[in-house]
Amino acid sequence: MRTRRPYAEPHLTGVCLGLLLLACFALTGQGLGASGAFASVASGVVGTVSPEAAAHSAYFRSYLQDGSPWTAWIVVEIIGVLIGASASAALAGRTRLTSVHAIRPSAGKLFAGVAGGTLMGIGAALARGCTSGLALSGGAMLSVGAWIFMAALFLAGFLAAPFVRRLWP
Amino acid sequence: MNDLLVAGGIGVAFGCALECAGLGDPPKLAGQFYLRDFTVLKVMLSAMLTAMLGAFWGGRLGMFDSAAFYVPDTYLLPQLLGGLVFGLGFVLSGLCPGTSCVALASGRVEGAATMLGLFAGVLLVGMAFPAIEPFYRSTPYGPLTLQRLTGLPYGVMVALVTVVAVSALTWIAKRETGP
Repeated sequence: MRTRRPYAEPHLTGVCLGLLLLACFALTGQGLGASGAFASVASGVVGTVSPEAAAHSAYFRSYLQDGSPWTAWIVVEIIGVLIGASASAALAGRTRLTSVHAIRPSAGKLFAGVAGGTLMGIGAALARGCTSGLALSGGAMLSVGAWIFMAALFLAGFLAAPFVRRLWP
Repeated sequence: MNDLLVAGGIGVAFGCALECAGLGDPPKLAGQFYLRDFTVLKVMLSAMLTAMLGAFWGGRLGMFDSAAFYVPDTYLLPQLLGGLVFGLGFVLSGLCPGTSCVALASGRVEGAATMLGLFAGVLLVGMAFPAIEPFYRSTPYGPLTLQRLTGLPYGVMVALVTVVAVSALTWIAKRETGP
């Protein structure tokens, strides 16, 4: 039985993440991101299934105009995230197969996950970014919109938390 | 091609850092909103401080041209409403877009559920876009920064944010050790 290594010290990990973000800015001129990958893939699906629907929406069009939406910078970055996170979890013995073990989450919790994801997809699309691309990357560049988004995010999170306490005993 | 290699490499390091901090673990992320676990704020504030100070001093010392770094455009009302909706989703799923991928990669089916929702969310916005486009493009301020908004020099704004962020991290550390 492999031992499960504890998580790393958060401040130290934060500094490493900050240096990575800085390297990303210096190498590419832009920061890290995540929600853009979902938007790019969704635009690719719509563009394939129904080109008319994609042409009708300036939102989808914006992801289809320069190059393939399947190999956009941010999509490749997110594929990297999946690889890096699975390697890191496996090497540290932290992989938990919740789909097969007794620790499987309840249907209610999975439904909350889908509902939460949907709300975040809508929120990130409206705000033009998520916790990575807007709050962290834009926040480090002192963007006003990034700080407004961050403040609104934590305000709503703290206000809603007591009402969904059952989800997080 | 080279660009995509950089994208993949940065992604691998990003995923590794998030997983190491425990940010693929929904109860840990949700714990932030119940003031039980401060990992989210600790990682976010430390990372933001490091990148902000690095961009400022690296630019000043001529290591790179930080003036060319991308500053997101500000759209006051869409980003305010977007943030509120996003925060509600965050506490429901205990994950955000990047960390949902980390959760799935570390074997958690909740990650896949959240990712499915994220696709649905951006699809909904894309489909409804002709109707919401006026709101989406409302209250634009361009690449507005805190220093331009306040009229303070860049260095002073960086120093102010540093003081606020370090105070917040110190307060968290004190709260955790207890009286």
